[in-house]
Amino acid sequence: MLHIVNKSPTERNSLDSCLRVATKGSAVLLIEDAVYAATKGTAAAAKLEAAMADLKVYALAPDLNARGVAGRVLEGVNLVDYGGFVDLVAEHDTCQSWL
Amino acid sequence: MSEEMEMEEGGGAVKKFMFLNRKAPYGTIYALEGLEVVLISAAFEQDVCMAFVDDGVYQLMKDVDTTGIGMKNFSKTYRALEGYDIDKLYVERESMEARGLTEDDFIVDVTVLSSAELGALMAEQDVIISH
Repeated sequence: MLHIVNKSPTERNSLDSCLRVATKGSAVLLIEDAVYAATKGTAAAAKLEAAMADLKVYALAPDLNARGVAGRVLEGVNLVDYGGFVDLVAEHDTCQSWL
Repeated sequence: MSEEMEMEEGGGAVKKFMFLNRKAPYGTIYALEGLEVVLISAAFEQDVCMAFVDDGVYQLMKDVDTTGIGMKNFSKTYRALEGYDIDKLYVERESMEARGLTEDDFIVDVTVLSSAELGALMAEQDVIISH
């Protein structure tokens, strides 16, 4: 299934909840303020890197660009555009938005 | 003219205002609206400073390109603050470092303060407006 997170990891616990619950082989898409989790040097980065062993992690590139953090993305995070966002939703039978 | 006189009669009571920013830009409207309030406050000729704490430090990031999300890029507005005599910009070191950032990542010159220093500065203010 696909998990979508849109809240900053330093403001809400959405990402923590998502990573706690997501099962092996699931996909996690970071959008809006959640893209900060995919940037180097943050507490969330370590958690995300550990989670990448079991989960496929994506981040929405336009949101990274808008926040000036496109150059700080962690290795292993897959960047997608809005078309890629739609593809991910279409590819997975179930979606959960951690609002 | 009459407005100016009223300001004078206000007794030269220049107050110390701090605008405390704790929200990331673009994900919510707080940063943009907060910045508008700061610019408006410049018209009242008060002693204004801005502080950036928690995700608020992300407001100052360089290299912002919002074309992909269809929102107005207001990052350059922070550089215009100096023109409004708002040149005291403070960043809390703990917030900056927790996000893997340094002063070089910011679009404007800032003064980096420890949590304790920021706390002391907050205590000196007459008014703190937080968003």
